[in-house]
Amino acid sequence: MKRIMNQHPERMLRIALGVIPFVLILIVYVVSSNARLAENPRDKLLPSLSSMGQAVDTLALQPSKRSGEYLFWQDTGSSLTRLGLGIGISALIGLIFGVLNGVIPYARANLSPLITAVSLIPPLAVLPILFIVFGLGEVSKVVLIAIGITPFLIRDMQSKVMELPSEQLIKAQTLGASTWLVIVRVVLPQVLPRLIEALRLSLGAAWLFLIAAEAIAATDGLGYRIFLVRRYLSMDIILPYVFWITVLAFLTDYLLKQLSLRLFPWFHASKH
Amino acid sequence: MSMIEANNLWKEYGSNIVLEGVNTRVDEGEFITIVGTSGCGKTTFLRMLLGIEQATRGELLLNGKPFPDEPGEDRGIVFQRYSVFPHLTVLKNVMLGAEFHDSRLLGKLFGAKRHAAEQQAREILASVGLDHALERYPHELSGGMQQRLAIAQALMKKPRILLLDEPFGALDPGIRADMHELILDIWKKTGITIFMITHDLQEGFYLGTRLWVFDKVRLDKQNPNAYGACITYDIPVDRADQNTYETIDDSLDASKKLLTDQE
Ligand SMILES: Nc1ncnc2c1ncn2[C@@H]1O[C@H](COP(=O)(O)OP(=O)(O)O)[C@@H](O)[C@H]1O
Ligand SMILES: [Mg+2]
Repeated sequence: MKRIMNQHPERMLRIALGVIPFVLILIVYVVSSNARLAENPRDKLLPSLSSMGQAVDTLALQPSKRSGEYLFWQDTGSSLTRLGLGIGISALIGLIFGVLNGVIPYARANLSPLITAVSLIPPLAVLPILFIVFGLGEVSKVVLIAIGITPFLIRDMQSKVMELPSEQLIKAQTLGASTWLVIVRVVLPQVLPRLIEALRLSLGAAWLFLIAAEAIAATDGLGYRIFLVRRYLSMDIILPYVFWITVLAFLTDYLLKQLSLRLFPWFHASKH
Repeated sequence: MSMIEANNLWKEYGSNIVLEGVNTRVDEGEFITIVGTSGCGKTTFLRMLLGIEQATRGELLLNGKPFPDEPGEDRGIVFQRYSVFPHLTVLKNVMLGAEFHDSRLLGKLFGAKRHAAEQQAREILASVGLDHALERYPHELSGGMQQRLAIAQALMKKPRILLLDEPFGALDPGIRADMHELILDIWKKTGITIFMITHDLQEGFYLGTRLWVFDKVRLDKQNPNAYGACITYDIPVDRADQNTYETIDDSLDASKKLLTDQE
């Protein structure tokens, strides 16, 4: 017998092995839910799949009685807008300062200590400050995401720039490049795929800060809805929402990966 | 006046003396090959010619003036690895030299200027035997082809000095022979001054018009960094015979042995 560390499952078996835990969880859920509901039909903790379907139907497919909006889609739209703005702004700042710090020693000497210090501030601790300064509107939520992930992005971009072989930067200079031209033709195009990698890594944190901000002060959004209906123990809404957030998180990650494969084939080919 | 002149040149990193008392003169058009034990300061000397390291004592002159203190268009370089840009195709890697020169803001050319740069790059790539690979990315090239590309990039700038740091060290013997013909051909056609570091003494003898051996004259077994290396042999290659070859080979082996023994 080969060592187990040397045994690899066939394709079909591998897929099956991956699916089994999901199916098991689903079965355990349905069985436990049925058991609880049999004992007490008004139990709220583990709602049946059909009552969750019902709740989604009400929120997603029928206009709200109060505002006439489709709440589920309104929540999704608001959350994704905030997330997109937060990530977009962070990416831009991360790229600019990461590249400057990576290429120019004076910028690094000047800004690195500050960025390190800022990155140590727990972002949620400054949330009250953001609410005071920017009010309870959209800005404070976007700023929280930006404060949460930008220091990481800057530091990651800086280290990615500094990992570029010095041979390349020297070569560019012998080809007549100024500092600016080294940045736009040699450094920037090579760190863009690395920026996408860093964004994918910070998506989890971005969602965390988004939901935290929405939970505390918002009038719509996925995080707002979950925390709102918590008061009524509406697990039939919370569970589908959590599932939906997970799907969205997966999709954003997947789209970023595809974008990178599309735009930077040389990066993915030379990495392996 | 000589093109390059080193007068009592020293290079120290703290208490680590790498080069001591290097004296030499190099005329335009010479092909200098450099050998020496690993870690004796050959690359350091080349980096001083590049302008990214400065002498700690003595002087290094280019046309009678102190060497520029950063890399420039007049001195091309080919490293053993990482000399080409992985995000650009072969053609664009070579066009880059022209684009840097003619477009100081974007580093990109358009229209007629682009066409001219492309034409020039194609010609140079043809001369190094890469005209069949214009649209490929570096990761799709063999090691030998990558080095040809790195040479083509440098030629685009028509530098007066070409610096090569063990450029063929990682290549297979057969491919190396091809590269030797290529580099000799370039040297004859352009009259460029070449400095080439190699760990292959035979390669050094075959290619150069002048062979330098970097070595430590004095060796302290307890503290190998106490003394630096200088040029111990400076041989016009056409006058070299089998005897000198063997003497150099032996002396290099001896100092290598001394250094490895004490590790
Ligand atoms: N930036 C540096 N800082 C300190 N020591 C260095 C530096 N660069 C090179 N050295 C030292 O200089 C010596 C010569 O290195 P190098 O010129 O690369 O040797 P070679 O190319 O002949 O193998 C080595 O002992 C190396 O440790
Ligand atoms: Mg070396």
